[in-house]
Amino acid sequence: MEWFDNGWGIALTVFLPLVGAVVLLAIPRAQEAALKWTALIFSGAAFVSGLALLFRFDFSRTGDLQLGANLNWIEAINARYHVGVDGISLPLVVLSVFITVLVVLYSWNHWPEPHNPKMLLALIMVIAVGMTGTFVALDLVLFFVFFEVVLLPMYFMIGIWGDRGVRHVPLFNWNIEMRLYASLKFFVFTLFGSAFMLLGFLALYFRSGDFLDHRTFDMLELAQLGSAGRFAGSFAFWVFFALFLGFAVKVPMWPLHTWLPDAHTAAPTIGSVILAAILLKLGTYAFIRISIPILPQEAKNWAWLIGVLAVIGIIYGSLACLAQTDMKRLIAYSSVGHMGFVMLGIATLTSIGINAAIIGMVAHGLITGLLFFLAGSMAHRYHTRDMGRLGGNMKLMPVMGVLLGFAAMASLGLPALAGFWGEFMALMASFNPLAGLDPTLFRGLMIAGAIGTVLTAGYMLWMLRSVNFGEPSDEWVGHDFHDVDAWEWLAWAPLVIATIAVGIYPRIVLGFTNDAVAQLVTRAFGG
Amino acid sequence: MVPASVSTLLPILAFVAEEGGEGGHEVAVQVGNGGALAQWAWLIVAVPLVVPFLIVFFGKKLPFKGWELAAGTMGFIGAYGTALLLANAASPIATEFTLEVGRIGSFAIEWGWVVDGLSIMMYFLVGVVGFFVFVYAKGYMEGDIRFTWFFAAFTLFAGGMLVLVSAPNLIQLIVGWEMVGLASYLLIGHYWEDYANVDAGNKAFMTNKVADAALFIGAIIMALSVGSFSFADMLAVVTAQDASSPLATFGFWAGLMLFIGAMGKSAQFPFHVWLPDAMAGPTPVSALMHAATMVTAGVYLLGRIFPFYLDPAGLFGGQVRVIIMIIGGITLLFMGLLAFVQNDIKKVLAYSTVSQLGYMVAAMGAGAYTAGLFHLFTHAFFKSLLFLGAGSVIHAVHSNDMSDMGGLRKRMPYTYATFVIGTLALIGLFPFAGFWSKDEIIASLYEVGIEGSGAGWFVFALAVAGSFVTAFYMGRAVFLTFFGEYKGHAQPHESPRVMTYPLIGLAGFAALAGLLNMPGIATPFTSWLAARRVPMGDVHAQSINWGLVGLVTAMLAVGVVLAYRIFFPDRVTQAERDRFEIPVLYPLLRHKYYIDDLYMDGIVRPTMGPLASAVLWVDMWVVDGIVNGAGVVARGLATAVRWFDNRGVDGIFNGAAAATGGSGSVLRLFFTGKVQQYAALSFAGVVLLAVLFIIF
Repeated sequence: MEWFDNGWGIALTVFLPLVGAVVLLAIPRAQEAALKWTALIFSGAAFVSGLALLFRFDFSRTGDLQLGANLNWIEAINARYHVGVDGISLPLVVLSVFITVLVVLYSWNHWPEPHNPKMLLALIMVIAVGMTGTFVALDLVLFFVFFEVVLLPMYFMIGIWGDRGVRHVPLFNWNIEMRLYASLKFFVFTLFGSAFMLLGFLALYFRSGDFLDHRTFDMLELAQLGSAGRFAGSFAFWVFFALFLGFAVKVPMWPLHTWLPDAHTAAPTIGSVILAAILLKLGTYAFIRISIPILPQEAKNWAWLIGVLAVIGIIYGSLACLAQTDMKRLIAYSSVGHMGFVMLGIATLTSIGINAAIIGMVAHGLITGLLFFLAGSMAHRYHTRDMGRLGGNMKLMPVMGVLLGFAAMASLGLPALAGFWGEFMALMASFNPLAGLDPTLFRGLMIAGAIGTVLTAGYMLWMLRSVNFGEPSDEWVGHDFHDVDAWEWLAWAPLVIATIAVGIYPRIVLGFTNDAVAQLVTRAFGG
Repeated sequence: MVPASVSTLLPILAFVAEEGGEGGHEVAVQVGNGGALAQWAWLIVAVPLVVPFLIVFFGKKLPFKGWELAAGTMGFIGAYGTALLLANAASPIATEFTLEVGRIGSFAIEWGWVVDGLSIMMYFLVGVVGFFVFVYAKGYMEGDIRFTWFFAAFTLFAGGMLVLVSAPNLIQLIVGWEMVGLASYLLIGHYWEDYANVDAGNKAFMTNKVADAALFIGAIIMALSVGSFSFADMLAVVTAQDASSPLATFGFWAGLMLFIGAMGKSAQFPFHVWLPDAMAGPTPVSALMHAATMVTAGVYLLGRIFPFYLDPAGLFGGQVRVIIMIIGGITLLFMGLLAFVQNDIKKVLAYSTVSQLGYMVAAMGAGAYTAGLFHLFTHAFFKSLLFLGAGSVIHAVHSNDMSDMGGLRKRMPYTYATFVIGTLALIGLFPFAGFWSKDEIIASLYEVGIEGSGAGWFVFALAVAGSFVTAFYMGRAVFLTFFGEYKGHAQPHESPRVMTYPLIGLAGFAALAGLLNMPGIATPFTSWLAARRVPMGDVHAQSINWGLVGLVTAMLAVGVVLAYRIFFPDRVTQAERDRFEIPVLYPLLRHKYYIDDLYMDGIVRPTMGPLASAVLWVDMWVVDGIVNGAGVVARGLATAVRWFDNRGVDGIFNGAAAATGGSGSVLRLFFTGKVQQYAALSFAGVVLLAVLFIIF
């Protein structure tokens, strides 16, 4: 298995879907079964390869980057194919390949219009490459490429298979199809952030030459310079700010979040699932992997602002949820709040907080993924997402209703389900943030965050009330609703099981992260 | 006395305690590890967590549609609880077992189970009362549309409750805490076709969630101050009286926040609003969850960390205790008063429960650990009995409203007899159960007063007045329900035996449970509870104070007589009754002191309405407005540039126009949707930049 440990394992996990995409392109459009099986086989193989990484991973040193490779790539700029996984990235890698398989399974008999499975599956495969790749990349150029690879396929997915309802854009009196507006907004927003991020990367690259005998995009080398305090002053500030913009758009942090409700709502179900479950984590992961190790002093200087924005996101997102009438949009906005908890954890710059962030990311991926699946399947059956028209779903589709109840409870952070740990531990970290941060401010943030958990419960219960309970309206009399079907079970049951498993046995995630995060914090901020 | 077989998981703690707290009551207990019985006690928790899934998946195929699994589970818990109780009585047990399931920073996350006097008492209570209620529920829920589902959720509640009471640390306590909250939400909203029931469930969940936010904060402060979530570690800090511990700095806030959490679950003023509404759930649910067990979780929490609150030196949570006592006092009197004006028999009992929980909380605040928990114990029997009796009546007359009842004494003799026994126990008539437990609380408050605490006297006065209040509203309920003419429409008859037998069983406990703790005579209950892992004193009556007994008995006699005078059907006309609707007081009570209205109109509606809409408005018009505005400006710019281009500007501007024209077309590109091209351009830009940088 030596070949596997020397980077091939990671390469397989990342690039198998790309091979899958190429094979898909070679299969004629009409042969749908072949297309589906191809997608399933390649995403499944990537998943198996991801699981194999777990077995080859040395859990006694989760803080070290393992199973990686470091090869020449673009020699002219010293960009290298440097990959590897540690306890921070591995759970996210596994989450990515896991969700990809589930998305392919779900799409088996849920094709958004216009049909074209060939194209859609190929896009999913390409997105999978970008997602997984981002989590294993240890070179900034490589990271950037993977980070951006996700962008175009997702743009097409929203723009082509998205919601065809017409959206009225207030203030300017535009009437534009939802899918066009949302895809454009998603694209421009992300690109806007990426441009700054790239500038930040380049600045680091050039600056690194001042301290080394070569310029480098290598994250580890840069992190060494960072923890040695090389990057300081206004240079560090501007770089941090540029990176912040790039990552914060992706998370998204308030007030850069407005692409999210549109994109998540307009995207086809599988698009929403991928967006919520994985894409948002690229931003938070980048904070942990890039911003904190390379620019620890700036992270410390601006932690208060990140914390404040995170908590504004929690409260603001939750309140916005309370005002929603569209079920899918409500779930979309809920991500703003949940990612706020993740960012709050990161902002404390403590071991507990960053652990909370990672387990929060995994939990949000599982739970919000499930919620979007459910919202998609229900919209598919009811042909509406308007909570004013829904109601009494427990009568029409009891199994779906129970699953929705489960997902809502998990999302509101019910203890012993996955979502609890991220929320609770982020609050815990806020009480004692990193030495040097203002504890009074962070304790205030803790209280505000705790209020956010109440509001979260409020809108989730409100959604259950509107959708699940009461008598079904006359509109649905005589309709034959088929409850959860086999492919849906295949896609959802793993999420349900994982949510419970992480909830009652958090070591599934914390076992990876705890030492790794402790090392990261120690390296960045000293003992 | 220390058994040879010391548990390998956790060494037993055996010690002779020093002199304890304010009551000057010496605790000298040697505890053992309980052997295999304690080691296997995890079954008590695990079985009811697994069985609900069995009921959901296989229940409908079984002869009793899953009920047998549920009742069997409760029987198992009851039997195991009894066995532990007997073992503990024979030789005190205090041990715990833990299993680490994760680590965050230096904090271990552990599941485990505690076996000591307090948790054994709760295992016994949940199992025994639960078994009676589950048997009864078979009759009560017969023909229910969601019979199987009901028993699944009900068993899940038992599981959650046992997770809670077996918790060796704050995390597990929180898990159980919210699990019972979930079960409560599900069962209050059992008839979810009607939005009123759904709303009642939401109210319960949300009120508790507010308190839970405080509980979270309390747990966080506590854990960070101690360095562990474990109760044992925390109590070790308390026992060591280490004034340099961070717990000494944050003790007050940790204690206050945890108490606020307890107030939510135990429905203390001002968090009491959810409990009366929770009566929307089926009556067995009200009996077991919203009277006997779940709502006592707050009191249980205070008991679990009691040394932290008792804190005679005032280093840690000692200052919170007076707040606890006063909140309990306010709750016991003023929530009891609300029962005066309820016509729904279950709501009378609900307010009564709130009021009795106030007694328990006041006792904990007074430092009367044993008295508070003894009242928890006896109350579980007689209040579940009363609820089941009320359910029997409701089952017969098909109404909750006491104005549809009356005269049921002869038609439902078993229900009547047991209800009266429950009533006598509740109002605290000698020698029924409530007499012993409530009297001990009042005696303890008296002692606190004697020691010079003004607050002690104040709460003592409230508690004595509470005796009158309790007697009055229960007298009213009994007279309106069982005496006079029958005023309903259905044809009432005695409930089937599956319902009356549990009533009789519980009535036995309601009559006799008090004998377990007769101060100065026989106090086995005190010694059961004394099996704990840290030494602790409490305020404790050494003998019966006959003067107080006389005072309290006089108060309840006045209450019953007054109720008789006003509500005994043959004695008064409605016009006469109306005279008792005292101005100001009566409307105040009818509107529940306007507290519910305040919450609805002051918090809930403004948040869900204007505030949420305002945020959405800001999101659409300001935050997103900037984004859209930027888009419009960019498009306008592009259009303007194109206009310039088309006009063919003169030579001076040629160069400038070409430059802006270039950027304008890029902007136009992505506003006409040709983003691919833009992406290609941007990538080209990246490459260009890279090339430039290489040259440098």
